[in-house]
Amino acid sequence: MSDRTHTASELLAVMASRSLDDGLTVFAGVGTPLLAATLAQRLHAPGLTILFEGGVIGPFIVPGELPPSTNEQRCTRQANMLCPITDVLLLLQRGYVDVGFLGGAQIDRYGNINSSFIGDPDHPSCRLPGTGGGNDIASLSRVIVAMKHEKRRFVERVEYITSPGYLEGGDSRRQSGLLAGGPYRIITDLAIMGFHPETKRMRIEALHPGVTAAQVQENTGFELEVSEDAHTTDTPTEKELAVLRNLDPDRLYIG
Amino acid sequence: MVISYDQLRAETAARDRSLHEKVMTLEEAAGLIKDGDHVAIGGCMMSRTPMAMIWALVRAGRRDLTFSRSIVSSDGDIIFASGIGKKIITSWFSQGIVWGISKVMRHWVESGRAEFEEWSHMSMGLRYRAGAMGVPFMPSRSMMGSDVRRRVDGQLKEIDCPFTGEKLLLLPALNPDVAIIHVQRCDPYGNAQLDGLQFMDVDLPLAAKKVIVTAERIVSNDQIRRAPDQTKFPFFTVEAVVEVPYGSAPHECYGHYEPFFKHMDQFAELTRKDPEKGAGEYLERFYHDPKSWTDTLGRMGLGDLLTATRGGRSIYDV
Repeated sequence: MSDRTHTASELLAVMASRSLDDGLTVFAGVGTPLLAATLAQRLHAPGLTILFEGGVIGPFIVPGELPPSTNEQRCTRQANMLCPITDVLLLLQRGYVDVGFLGGAQIDRYGNINSSFIGDPDHPSCRLPGTGGGNDIASLSRVIVAMKHEKRRFVERVEYITSPGYLEGGDSRRQSGLLAGGPYRIITDLAIMGFHPETKRMRIEALHPGVTAAQVQENTGFELEVSEDAHTTDTPTEKELAVLRNLDPDRLYIG
Repeated sequence: MVISYDQLRAETAARDRSLHEKVMTLEEAAGLIKDGDHVAIGGCMMSRTPMAMIWALVRAGRRDLTFSRSIVSSDGDIIFASGIGKKIITSWFSQGIVWGISKVMRHWVESGRAEFEEWSHMSMGLRYRAGAMGVPFMPSRSMMGSDVRRRVDGQLKEIDCPFTGEKLLLLPALNPDVAIIHVQRCDPYGNAQLDGLQFMDVDLPLAAKKVIVTAERIVSNDQIRRAPDQTKFPFFTVEAVVEVPYGSAPHECYGHYEPFFKHMDQFAELTRKDPEKGAGEYLERFYHDPKSWTDTLGRMGLGDLLTATRGGRSIYDV
């Protein structure tokens, strides 16, 4: 990328924030999702309702006070309601969430996410922190994933499905008993991916400025198709970057 | 694993559920927990963690405890490193995303010396809720199709719904032997009031066979009765009440103090290179050597404590 005015993490947060339309109810995980949802609230989506796993409905995060997880008091600023964890997660099952917004450690061509194990689960080379609410969000709502685009993170088949995408593709998700939701957009620092309506294979929907499809393919561990109406995204504006940096002055999440 | 309804009722019936005082010390409360018990931990992640109670269990030398919690932070590191428990049932386990993956958790789990049994977060909650409701399971639409489900397949069932024919997972009830919960206020009888985030702490006391409450302060029963709508679980579920100011330190207690961020940085740094040695040093300094919980707080330092307190109290300013 020739544009050096922003970091890859900043680009990711801005692109992710643009994917959230005003008026939606978004279940946001910590890190880039929280940052992007808050950025969207402050720019184009003042009516965006954020839900946090800790049991928070409709908060506004204070700049410079980003919470270390979605379970601390910093998550509750100006919230409409605090409720038990089980009940905020049950809103996903009941169908009140438009978008579940996740980060990802490793993802495959059908949008399945692994955040539990690297290597054999019985003898892992790395035990990762696990699902948290990730599995629930992915099982029960339409999902947007924001993550760095690296070959080791975009693999043909994840070793372990923590958060289900389209499983084996086709209608296998529905066959398994998951009747609602599924991955919708995968937003990275290189491109925006979606899924073929029938095969459920991941494909490129948009490229960020200065990025080619070949470059995205090079950083992906499986073959990516390109959607017929793929387009190029607009470069982050000065205003987007200024608001983002004000939200995270310690650069905890924006690199 | 799921206990019979006869047993659940008999155990509840056998308890003294009268309105009586049950204030005691941390050491006395630790005596209510037996080696091998299943202990459910209240709060979530770095919030309202009953750290002082865990501290007392470490000092009492408890062994082979199984722990469960919605999400586990550095409390899980302490449990594994101190040897009080070898198994934790939870949905997520690491100190916190800003510190990366917990090195202590990795060290113990990857070497096979301890077990981290993973369920989805909602599944943890529904398992406690089933336990709280006195039913053996809760149906759920989550976890299907995933390896999270496959890995605990022996513990759950899949059915076709008798009404709709849709596939459902049946999650087994959790009825822990003890729940340890830290709250802002509690009276001597065990009427506990919570501010802010409740997490799973309304279901936990009803699911558990007994409850130990630690509270920032003990208030009079009269004060509880002036705002009974704030009472989140009733006295007859509670076996012990312990007054422990800063009983969640170095984690947060809503409206009172935020996490002690500098202390958490130091814990991460100390355990980064050599998790076993680092955690050992930490336990010696903050768990075994201090004369009291107050002494442990003193070692965390007044500076960190006041910074955390300022942050905690500011929650009502906006």
